[in-house]
Amino acid sequence: MSTSPMIPDPIQAGLAAGWKVIDAATLTSDRSMEADVVIIGSGAGGGVSAEILAKSGLTVIIVEEGALKSSKDFKMREAEAYPALYQESAARKTLDKAINILQGRTVGGSTTVNWTSSFRTPTPTLDYWGKHFGLASYTPEALAPWFLMMEERLSVSTWMTPPNENNDLLKRGAARLGIPAAAIMRNVKGCWNLGYCGMGCPTNAKQSMLVTTIPSALNHNATLLTHARAHKLLFKGDRVDALEITALDTTGIAPTGRKLTLRAKHFVVAGGAINSPALLLRSKAPDPHGLLGKRTFLHPTVISAAVFEQRVDGYAGAPQTIYSDHFLDTQAIDGAIGYKLEAPPLHPLLLSTTMAGFGKAHAETMALFPHVHGLLALLRDGFHDDAPGGSVGLGADGSPVLDYPITEFLWDGVRRAHLSMAEIQFAAGAKSVQPVHELAERYTSWAQAKKGIAALQYKAHITRVVSAHVMGGCTLSDDVKRGVVGANGRYHGLANLSVHDGSLFPTSIGANPQLSIYGITARLASNLAQELTGKPAARLVA
Amino acid sequence: MAATRRTFLKVGGLSALLLAAGGGVWRLTHPAGPLQRFVLDGEAKSALGAIVPAMLAGSLPADPAARAAAAAATVGRVHQAILGLPLTAQKEVQDLFGLLALAPARRALTGVSGGWSQATEVQVATFLQEWRFHRLDMLQTAYHALHDLIIGAWYADPASWSAIGYPGPMKELA
Repeated sequence: MSTSPMIPDPIQAGLAAGWKVIDAATLTSDRSMEADVVIIGSGAGGGVSAEILAKSGLTVIIVEEGALKSSKDFKMREAEAYPALYQESAARKTLDKAINILQGRTVGGSTTVNWTSSFRTPTPTLDYWGKHFGLASYTPEALAPWFLMMEERLSVSTWMTPPNENNDLLKRGAARLGIPAAAIMRNVKGCWNLGYCGMGCPTNAKQSMLVTTIPSALNHNATLLTHARAHKLLFKGDRVDALEITALDTTGIAPTGRKLTLRAKHFVVAGGAINSPALLLRSKAPDPHGLLGKRTFLHPTVISAAVFEQRVDGYAGAPQTIYSDHFLDTQAIDGAIGYKLEAPPLHPLLLSTTMAGFGKAHAETMALFPHVHGLLALLRDGFHDDAPGGSVGLGADGSPVLDYPITEFLWDGVRRAHLSMAEIQFAAGAKSVQPVHELAERYTSWAQAKKGIAALQYKAHITRVVSAHVMGGCTLSDDVKRGVVGANGRYHGLANLSVHDGSLFPTSIGANPQLSIYGITARLASNLAQELTGKPAARLVA
Repeated sequence: MAATRRTFLKVGGLSALLLAAGGGVWRLTHPAGPLQRFVLDGEAKSALGAIVPAMLAGSLPADPAARAAAAAATVGRVHQAILGLPLTAQKEVQDLFGLLALAPARRALTGVSGGWSQATEVQVATFLQEWRFHRLDMLQTAYHALHDLIIGAWYADPASWSAIGYPGPMKELA
């Protein structure tokens, strides 16, 4: 039962040392609290903001909908990890249920369960923001010191260990076709190369918010509320007066009936690109141009599964250590949609539910599990009129609903991505390749795959589309006709409200977004700390 | 098989109407109120019990007793998985099973003529295949929900791992 005592658990140690952590599930009466700054969300944006603001001497309350878990809870079992650590048991879906979304819901947010891939915001993306959203201060040069600070803080570096076979096949297949591929930087320290990042790191090697910025904020007097769902911001004139919180039970499913009211000089919304716009919509935040919740991006992701003669053991070893940007770099950013290629981890529950079909045919595929190779393609949405993203609205009970129609423009990219992945897999020596599509066959040659994929009908529900990157919905722009949040992170029309998370991005990133969120929100939070204290903000150090 | 398929497809044209009617009956007998946790009982439980063996054909053990036990355990894990979903999603699944439990809706949407306990694996596999490619989004998404819940519940169980050559996580840390 107990994790090896060799692995220190920083969360248990912190709690023992007297961290201020309140599990809202345990409250027996309503409560009111006050701080200099209330931060809603403990993921990439909330975590970074919490550490910077707390270290700068401000009192901070961090509000998290999920539970506080730690390495002692991370048992590398999908059946336990998905309900405990993900939004909607890892089954969050778009309105028409055509896209399944992986998003964290636990202290540390998605950083607790992501696959550690770290990329600075690509230059073409920043150039596009400058040109189309007037974000002149978002240049690679201006952001470089912030990325550098966060890379040092979170031990982001090139992964020097040889890639697992699942990733090496991407490298070998691409090389045979003359397609450039390279190593991915990862935010890990002393990684055991286990391959279970998606279920919470059992050795605390992953430098997620859970083991870095949140503990540091708590060491600097911050308070953490868990099982605390931000329900509504209450406004007085042009100021946020309070945040109303609904306490959830220990399972995180149902409200207990207890409420918390938080007051602060300043509020930072960092609930991620579905929950942040939803909170602002529920609160009826000013939105004179109808932009709030619009332009929500997903990097719609499609998958290709191959079978190899040799064992691939896609569950073992660090996930996503090799990538190729060939299909992003070789075409115009605002032309036909491009895609990034990576090799995800393959675990039984996630793979089996992703694979199409049922009964005997499905069982036969699963019997080949150790020989299955998986590639994924992340489509770069948001750079073309025909890839405008989705929009977040509210369901009858006030919960977020993301409507994300998949356009013909996107389906064209999906088809090309299936073709590219199949070609690479055959070049790497695959015996067969099957794109994840209800009508796709298990093709046994590149010629057959090329013909088969060209003939496939591409539409929702028969094509498996997933997402692990939710971005946009609170677009950054100083122009109130183009965005709801200024370049400084301040919400237009409200004096004491900031947004610090991936919902700020005016387009998708075109790369795994965690480092973009870290770097950009580090700058926003540092400027905010300086404005609130009148002194330079504390710098984050390793 | 061909006759069954043809008959079912013909009935399928009425599906939208019947869905609406069935949904109406379901809502009348289960008036709206605060969101509730999912309940699996009666004919709904029989429906899931009939769908599991078809979804997992080729994975369940051959021995009848072991097969029945594995299927029953899977039904239990599916139930648990549903209880881990947000209440809005639990309600959607409840509505689906509520419909499946109504005889007219069952006949129209699945072609299963008798009660669920008499449904054969072939009958169930036939309607699952119909739903998988059905022109009504609602039935397609219902297929995917059943697919993900049942297959996910099966492979979540460590007892299923040896059959697919998965050694499981490192024992020292698990």
